[in-house]
Amino acid sequence: MLKDITLGQYFPGDTPVHRLDPRTKIVLLIVFIVALFSAVGWWSYGLVLAVTIAVMILGHITPKNIFKGLKPMLFIIVLTALLNIFYTSGTPVVEGWIITWEGIGRSVQMILRIVLLIACTFLLTYTTSPIALTDGLEKLMNPLKKIRVPVHEMTLMMSMALRFIPTLIEETDKIMSAQKARGADFETGSLVRRAKALLPILVPLFVSSFRRADELAVAMESRCYHGGEGRTRMKQMKLSRADVVAFILGALFLAAVFVLRHFGL
Amino acid sequence: MTVIEFKQVHFTYPGEGKESLCGIDLAIEAGSFVAVLGHNGSGKSTLAKHMNAILTPTEGRVLVEGIDTAEEARLLDVRRRVGMVFQNPDNQIVANVVEDDVAFAPENLGVPPEEIRARVDAALKQVGMYELRQHAPHLLSGGQKQRVAIAGVLAMQPDIIVLDEPTAMLDPQGREEVIRTITRLCRENGMTVVLITHHMDECVGADRLVVMSEGRIVADGSPAAVFSQVELMEREGLSVPETTRLLYDLRADGLSLPLDALDTAACADAVAACLSRHSERSEES
Repeated sequence: MLKDITLGQYFPGDTPVHRLDPRTKIVLLIVFIVALFSAVGWWSYGLVLAVTIAVMILGHITPKNIFKGLKPMLFIIVLTALLNIFYTSGTPVVEGWIITWEGIGRSVQMILRIVLLIACTFLLTYTTSPIALTDGLEKLMNPLKKIRVPVHEMTLMMSMALRFIPTLIEETDKIMSAQKARGADFETGSLVRRAKALLPILVPLFVSSFRRADELAVAMESRCYHGGEGRTRMKQMKLSRADVVAFILGALFLAAVFVLRHFGL
Repeated sequence: MTVIEFKQVHFTYPGEGKESLCGIDLAIEAGSFVAVLGHNGSGKSTLAKHMNAILTPTEGRVLVEGIDTAEEARLLDVRRRVGMVFQNPDNQIVANVVEDDVAFAPENLGVPPEEIRARVDAALKQVGMYELRQHAPHLLSGGQKQRVAIAGVLAMQPDIIVLDEPTAMLDPQGREEVIRTITRLCRENGMTVVLITHHMDECVGADRLVVMSEGRIVADGSPAAVFSQVELMEREGLSVPETTRLLYDLRADGLSLPLDALDTAACADAVAACLSRHSERSEES
């Protein structure tokens, strides 16, 4: 049951979007978010939407994948939409109604903004493996090392956490089965009861995680780990021509949104 | 040539009254396959951890190719020479992809990227895991994971490889994979192998067998010579291989048999020879 959880939600593939350098994708994500929040009128929203759809097609990501990820956000989306419909002043749709044309327009734009914001982050995680993502982050944040931000340690922690998720899930499964075999009941009873039933799982899981961490630290030291100083990487990240093209397109896109914004479109 | 040398090593874990190692003197020869045998708490793991400076002696010295392990400044020199493989394969694999994990040690040593690639490929081929280099470690079997761990150590290009109960958590098939791999590393690549274990049958192929008990070395010699000391082994709570056991019991019944026929074929030959002698003698009388 727990094994079905896929973290990082990466769909392996060999599309132009998958092949881009992770650094390019992270920077372009930021560009996209800036563009999205700079959009004011229908034209600019249309352009942002078109770009999202184009990237989805290029990366072989179906709308279904995106909508699956949107589900947990549904409540917030509906709430923002309702608030905008009812609390925007302007010309009423029908004389005497509280709902205005401006309200409907605004709520559609707000929905678009939230949906596109989530969709573009999904486009990044769907097309980039977690390891490539942490490597990209480390490279991008490298300048921060100058002001003593422990960039290497942070990204190592992230990739290590990703590495141990399946191991810990397996262990949780094992502990749960052992508890079930001895009559533990995780599925019935009130919420409080079920939460209490989880405690006997968490305690051994915690203890074993500490033991694991200890053994892992010794194993890493045995393999000459001594911090990020003087480390090299086997897989070098190289910017290709595709990355340059992506950067140019990204810049053009951002410029176009700013021009549209200037004219209030 | 001696590669690891223990000189009167004493060790007490901090906060414990009892010594875990009490005066160990041990010299390990280059290119040899040494098995260290002992029951739980005999100090065999503590001994192993002294070989790559995870622990340093409270008294005495450990020299790895002439380098004192207590010398902090040369810690990496020691660890690069002595690769260490641990019991739990899950807790020593650091990356999400097999080849990235094998690359971890050379990356730490600052080896140039192209050379890391070459070392990783060579190490994975040596343990027969090259085809699975793109796999996620958690999808591998126990024996495969442990072979990845061995490859991860080989990529450092060490002279000595120390394995601390590498088969304790594996099924029989995984155990055989690992033992076969390390035996080949020693015989074909001339690597010095130190295998810490509590399985008798894993020691049979070794050049030398060291038996530990209560922090002391109680027996040291070729596996055949050590196993023939059946009384000693039993006193230490260790069983001897089935073959030795059989020969020992037959001797107790008055048959004249050697005790050092370790593998099944040699044992069968010895028993057959003895029986034919026996029948000749009874015919004569």
